[in-house]
Amino acid sequence: MTTTAFKEPVRQETPGAAAREPHRRTGRLRRVSLPYLLLLPALLLELLVHLVPMAIGIVMSFKELTQFYIRDWSTAPWSGLGNYKVSVDFDAPVGNALLHSFFVTVAFTLLSVGLCWLIGTAAAIFMQDTFRGRGLLRALFLVPYALPVYAAVVTWVFMFQHDNGLVNHVLHDQLHLTGKPSFWLIGDNSFYALLTVSVWKGWPFAFLIVMAGLQNIPKELYEAAALDGAGMWQQIRRITLPSLRPVNQVLILVLFLWTFNDFNTPYVLFGKSAPEAADLISVHIYQASFVTWNFGTGSAMSVLLLLFLLVVTGLYLLFTSRGRRASADV
Amino acid sequence: MRSIRAAATGAVTLSLVLAATACGGGSSSGGGSDDSPKTLTYWASNQGASVAVDKQVLQPELDKFQKQTGIKVKLEVVPWSDLLNRILTATTSGQGPDVLNIGNTWSASLQATGALLPWDAKNFAEIGGKDRFADTALGSTGAAGKDPAAVPLYSFAYALYYNKKIFADAGIAKPPATWGELVADGKKIQAEGKSALGAEGSNPSENIHHVFVFAKQHGADFFTAGGKPDFTGPKVVEAVKSYVDLMAKDKVIPTGDAEYAQNQSVSDFAKGRQAMLLWQSAAANLKSQGMSEDAYGIAPVPVISGTPGSGTQVDSAVMGINLAVFKNTHNLDGATRFVRFMTSDAEQKILNTAYSSIPPVKSAQEDAAFATPATAVLKNTLATSAAALPQVASESQFETAVGTAVKDLFADAAAGRTVTTDSVKAALQKAQQQMPAA
Repeated sequence: MTTTAFKEPVRQETPGAAAREPHRRTGRLRRVSLPYLLLLPALLLELLVHLVPMAIGIVMSFKELTQFYIRDWSTAPWSGLGNYKVSVDFDAPVGNALLHSFFVTVAFTLLSVGLCWLIGTAAAIFMQDTFRGRGLLRALFLVPYALPVYAAVVTWVFMFQHDNGLVNHVLHDQLHLTGKPSFWLIGDNSFYALLTVSVWKGWPFAFLIVMAGLQNIPKELYEAAALDGAGMWQQIRRITLPSLRPVNQVLILVLFLWTFNDFNTPYVLFGKSAPEAADLISVHIYQASFVTWNFGTGSAMSVLLLLFLLVVTGLYLLFTSRGRRASADV
Repeated sequence: MRSIRAAATGAVTLSLVLAATACGGGSSSGGGSDDSPKTLTYWASNQGASVAVDKQVLQPELDKFQKQTGIKVKLEVVPWSDLLNRILTATTSGQGPDVLNIGNTWSASLQATGALLPWDAKNFAEIGGKDRFADTALGSTGAAGKDPAAVPLYSFAYALYYNKKIFADAGIAKPPATWGELVADGKKIQAEGKSALGAEGSNPSENIHHVFVFAKQHGADFFTAGGKPDFTGPKVVEAVKSYVDLMAKDKVIPTGDAEYAQNQSVSDFAKGRQAMLLWQSAAANLKSQGMSEDAYGIAPVPVISGTPGSGTQVDSAVMGINLAVFKNTHNLDGATRFVRFMTSDAEQKILNTAYSSIPPVKSAQEDAAFATPATAVLKNTLATSAAALPQVASESQFETAVGTAVKDLFADAAAGRTVTTDSVKAALQKAQQQMPAA
């Protein structure tokens, strides 16, 4: 491999060139600085909205920040790694509760993302065929995604009520599937209530993305497969799912991050003190910070959560990009 | 070229604007001033049936204040679910109201933030003196030995509301005076197919108000004399278990109430589905839900034995709303005048009548408007058998931790799990471990 050095043409000095030099330099400076000037508002906004608060949060995590100092948080005494030690001391109540909340969140996220993807993909594949009323059905499928979260979840709160809720009315009064009306907003069943609402409002997004991905798969592939005698399942396994891999990689990552950090759903469903079975980490950290007023510990928990999500996301991207390269090399 | 130059100029201008706005904002640690003598911002807590009702009650009074002083008061009615968070945010940012309502039980916790104006002798003199207020109300304005962090505005006490018709149908002649009688009456009422007693099992604050009284009646306290949490003493455990047992063992509270947190038990009572309700100054609330005043009776909250009084005969927490001034107000003089106006005899009568509460101002309490039989029970309770919740800096955390523990115990009872002394102790132990070091 050889490289060709680029030679700058020798410039002929012309009379008056020396006088034009500052102008030229100014023009070059303008050309070079213009993109940065145009980027400046976005950079400043990013700083104000994300980076500065994040930096302040990290600083707070090293301080003993309680109600006594919130009026001027910078005066709070430094606690070194104290807040982190409290958060990860799993034999002590604070750390133990955080670990429990973490496991609940992991289980909830895996189930919710899995179900959202499964239902969304199945619905998208089903909607590929043309049939009467397909447009209407597609619009109906997107309703949960289009509704304001608060209004939708409040409706679920009414439906899950023990005495007058629609869920118990159907399961107990109509179908006789339960011996007595169940509690969905307190106790162990709260996990399933939370999961139901999360999947209900999450799967339309998966449906939308997968449906977009399906548009890019050439029809000829299916026609050829059908000529070779491949059935529907084989076509899905051999054509649809492999072709959707890049779309699914992004979709699952986005769903994972959204679900893991979901605050609105549990907060509206259960209020400030979620039942243990549905104690998601976002609400748990909110409680540590704004309900028990241990802002330093809450900040430390937030930083730990951020690190966890960074590691998981990094590993996920690493493995999926390796997978992509491997399949490209084949 | 011109458009690029314009874009660049626009970008730089926008950046400067952003930087300038980011540099704005008030100081959270500044002192009060009189920079804005003609305006005040007032955050009122939601006391009525809705925010709109509160505006209807308060706005005419604020207009009256403006007429008297020339100071315009910007009113914002804040729902209870948001109030504490809003106060904390205002404390942190320094961007808060001039005057605000706080739950009286939060006084010591908010006092610890240093955000509220202390009511020393000089400030009290500006509003007519400290001795205008009832001692019970002053007992819930901050930690002992410190200048109050707020001034009492409305006082409430718990009482037992009972449906006269349901009682008559069950053959019960008078309201229960002891818990034993309440359980026995409850059984008779249930035999008639009605629900006996309501509760807000998923509302930590409601739970706290009740277990605090039960603890008092069992001769127990949640905090030591030195202000340290002590939730696992045998008497405290016994007290909390007694309250939860009203659902778990005695079954006079229906299991469905374990998930109530939005005042559904008040609606159940107002609609005649439930015979008894333990609530603070419920008259206005019941009226707004269509229950006529002669449909229910009002009696003191039961005790273990004997009659309500002090010590182990306490039958209510001292409930109420206090009026506080943010230390960094830009209208210190106006805020003080506003507090004087709101605690004047005339305004106390108007406002406390509207909210069916008791005026904490002694001279206003004497008014005929507060001499009805229903009000007499509340007034008497406040004067003789109510006790202030612990006035410690960690009171807010105590409400959350213990209130949530009781909520979880109710959930166990509702699910049919046995509530034992050990399970109550374990729940309270966990709550205590979540408390900040005193």
